[in-house]
Amino acid sequence: MISNDLNVILPEILLSAYALLGLLAAVYTTKDKAGGMLVWITAAVFVVLAAWIGMTGDVTRIAFNGMFIEDGFARFAKVTILLSAAAVLIMSEGYMRTRGLLRFEYPMLVALSAVGMMMMVSAGDLMALYMGLELQSLALYVVASLRRDSVKSTEAGLKYFVLGALSSGILLYGASLVYGYAGTTLFSGIITTAQSGETSIGLLFGLVFLISGMAFKVSAVPFHMWTPDVYEGSPTPVTAFFATAPKVAAMGLFARVLHDAFGNAVSDWSQVIALLSVLSMFLGAVAAIGQTNIKRLMAFSSIAHMGYALMGLAAGTVLGVQAMLVYMAIYVTMNIGTFAFILLMQKDGAPITDISSLNMYSKRSPGRALAMLVLLFSLAGVPPMLGFFGKLYVLRAAYEAGLVWLAVAGVIASVIGAYYYLRIVFYMYFGEEDGSDRLDTQSSPVLSGFLMASALIMVLGIINMFGVEGAAASAAATLVN
Amino acid sequence: MDVDERGGKVMDHHLLSIITFMPAFAALILAVFLRGDDEAAGRNAKWLAMITTSVTFLISLFVLFDFDPSNPDFQFVDEAEWLLGMQYRLGVDGISILFVMLTTFMMPLVIAASWNVDKRVKEYMIAFLLLETLMLGVFMALDLVLFYLFFEAGLIPMFLIIGIWGGKERIYASFKFFLYTFLGSVLMLVAMVAMFTEAGTTCIGGCEVSLLTHQFGSETFSLLGMQVIGGAQTLMFLAFFASFAVKMPMWPVHTWLPDAHVQAPTAGSVVLAAILLKMGGYGFLRFSLPMFPVGSDVMAPLVLWMSAIAIVYTSLVALVQQDMKKLIAYSSVAHMGFVTMGIFTFNQQGLDGAIFQMISHGFISAALFLCVGVIYDRMHTREIDAYGGLVNRMPAYALIFLFFTMANVGLPGTSGFVGEFLTLIAVFQVNTWVAAIATTGVIFSAAYALWLYRRVVMGDLIKESLKAIKDMSTRERWIFAPLVVMTLLLGVYPALVLDMIGPSVAALVENYNAALEAAGTAVQSAAVSH
Repeated sequence: MISNDLNVILPEILLSAYALLGLLAAVYTTKDKAGGMLVWITAAVFVVLAAWIGMTGDVTRIAFNGMFIEDGFARFAKVTILLSAAAVLIMSEGYMRTRGLLRFEYPMLVALSAVGMMMMVSAGDLMALYMGLELQSLALYVVASLRRDSVKSTEAGLKYFVLGALSSGILLYGASLVYGYAGTTLFSGIITTAQSGETSIGLLFGLVFLISGMAFKVSAVPFHMWTPDVYEGSPTPVTAFFATAPKVAAMGLFARVLHDAFGNAVSDWSQVIALLSVLSMFLGAVAAIGQTNIKRLMAFSSIAHMGYALMGLAAGTVLGVQAMLVYMAIYVTMNIGTFAFILLMQKDGAPITDISSLNMYSKRSPGRALAMLVLLFSLAGVPPMLGFFGKLYVLRAAYEAGLVWLAVAGVIASVIGAYYYLRIVFYMYFGEEDGSDRLDTQSSPVLSGFLMASALIMVLGIINMFGVEGAAASAAATLVN
Repeated sequence: MDVDERGGKVMDHHLLSIITFMPAFAALILAVFLRGDDEAAGRNAKWLAMITTSVTFLISLFVLFDFDPSNPDFQFVDEAEWLLGMQYRLGVDGISILFVMLTTFMMPLVIAASWNVDKRVKEYMIAFLLLETLMLGVFMALDLVLFYLFFEAGLIPMFLIIGIWGGKERIYASFKFFLYTFLGSVLMLVAMVAMFTEAGTTCIGGCEVSLLTHQFGSETFSLLGMQVIGGAQTLMFLAFFASFAVKMPMWPVHTWLPDAHVQAPTAGSVVLAAILLKMGGYGFLRFSLPMFPVGSDVMAPLVLWMSAIAIVYTSLVALVQQDMKKLIAYSSVAHMGFVTMGIFTFNQQGLDGAIFQMISHGFISAALFLCVGVIYDRMHTREIDAYGGLVNRMPAYALIFLFFTMANVGLPGTSGFVGEFLTLIAVFQVNTWVAAIATTGVIFSAAYALWLYRRVVMGDLIKESLKAIKDMSTRERWIFAPLVVMTLLLGVYPALVLDMIGPSVAALVENYNAALEAAGTAVQSAAVSH
């Protein structure tokens, strides 16, 4: 039986083994010189693993007595996580190299956090959940403070660590309550105890603490305080990483716990998630208006987007999970393109994050400005960009689940949010030549490539979404039963 | 040739898609292949845009000639499977075909009117070509979400047109335009999701299950302690109303329009007045009336009074304007008041008149904005006080301007008269008070339009700066020629339009009355007593 279990968990084992061997090899041989090569190899490993996982058939396999679940839902999330992590790694190579940040630990830490994320979305047990979550978080705390000689970067890492530890504590407390009242840490055991309407008060408390801990990880309001500071302080490629793969993993974990462990008590948690959702959407939309730093702006933008993804989750239906998955896939694609653009914002080789520096950008780099324009309208959810379809899915899920007020709140928040995306368009297109300093227009094929590809997906994706819709539907169906 | 049969030429099936996407395709070619921003590149961009829009117009003529006006169903339907159980579906019926024609007819004129643009010509042409695709899509879409897609996406190029090529206050105007209309439309999106959920389809008409034939719930229920007469239909109607009223624009949500018009470049104003404003009216005819008959019935008195107020109030506001474009913008709001008034009488004359008024206003207001553009190009000011006595130096201009001023006032013999007359007859049968008030608006419109004309064109030419002003160039004369022809033609022979829309409008009225009857007369009497 054990060989069977190991077979199920083989991708995770291989990735961990790769990370450890890579670390050892680099330490004993070339050290940081191998950084660049390791980034590419790690990205390649991610892509290969994603392809492998993606091509595993439609089976649901369970390992270690239910502690580890490998089903369609987990596979969808894992493919998204691995592909976005690979994209961000490739994007970061140039930035890290020119700034001397390309240490060999960087790709290895990302690989380890990827293992953690894969573990999170496959967790079938509170222990497995915590293990995955901590592996992912610890690796990210270190990556956040990668620029050791920068106050902001170390501050970001420390803030992230302290608040992350706090949230882990909350989550653990919740887990212990759940264990105490359900008598088991297995999701399959909890679900038989947690029935709608008759859930014991202790179990409910545990659930709320669990939700709080996970809301911290997806940076949902009111557990979002760390996000702007960490986004701003971390090196930009790391910020790009924070904004993509870990968010998918955390949302996946969220859906996993809510449906696998508390799937019979939808009415108990639906309103909590709806509240998190509406708060995130509005705070994300309103707080971003005053931002002048594009990284902080993206932090609030991602908070708002998590609000929309949570709207799908709040529905508590198959359609809701499907909408959440589609939304996350679109969100990740948009963010990769947007961060490729932010990485391109440089003056004399130094990164610039002030959005007013984009004045008249469309005159100097028409192609990039146009791609960013598409991404911004997509982020704002304006049709015909793909971002609109993400919103349409979650709205529909929320409406069908009877959460009409949430849908109305969501669309109103999206109008408020549109304002700050338009402000970037305003700088890029509407400004006048004022003789101020200009951004470099250096060519960077990799970053431009990601930017253009992401913008193209936003436009062409509306034809058939590249099949993501169907994959998300079957993934959601395996989770909600 | 019977176009409803699927055995015909391949082109027939995809004619509408070809028309819709040809401008977008040209925009793509411009974006990808045209390099540089010197004068030659600008000229190439202009010619490509000109040729594309002209060819689009010619192809759309095929549709017009092959269109069977006696058939109230959707024709030239082009469909394909799409996401989420939605469909890509285009088609035209008697109501939409004229808006399609109006769009394809106006676009070559708009491009010709932009011939003097010298700032970022390539991007300018791309924006207008994309805008044409999106506007055509709005009028042809037979799927709810597809409609919303085109409807909303039109904001993007218009936002850029105002923001990049606009006047001094363009930033404020573009943001106001975008956020105002976006806020209006998102509520419609929620209602669309509701319709999708309830009817299980997004097909507007012509499918096995379609929204036009679905009966949405109209049982009165209480929401937050208020009795909602007409139930779900009223709520959905209000959500759609929020969007269309802003787009129309109706008083009191019209304030974005004067700002947008004043700041937009001439061509932008023309598109805005001639086509974009018609989307609201088209939306009422396509969605609100046939899909929410009970909701429309309940809200009709409110809409009628809002229209009457709009006609009188905005006419008065127009009287005191210093800026020519602003004056014409307010006059547009007043004329759109006739449209909403006509639509919400729910009878044949009213709907005929409303559609006629929209088409006619498309020509007249476009021509008026072009008239302002002609002198703005020369003097770079839109202040009425900066002009006077232009007739001395610009006789041809004075004639054209006079013609369209009269058409705007509603002089019999021009198309402006027919629409106003029909809507007034219709509303008189429904609500005499509203008709009486609206009629005074006609007088006010004569007042502001003629006064504007007197101040700008008549009198002695005393201003030093105007002494050297030149009359219209050949290009400008040719732009006005088709508009003059259309205004006169529709004025003396309105049957051209009325025959086209007649059967579809008759079907709409019939279905509306049948649906109302089916929903029970209790609602009707409740509405009357309110």
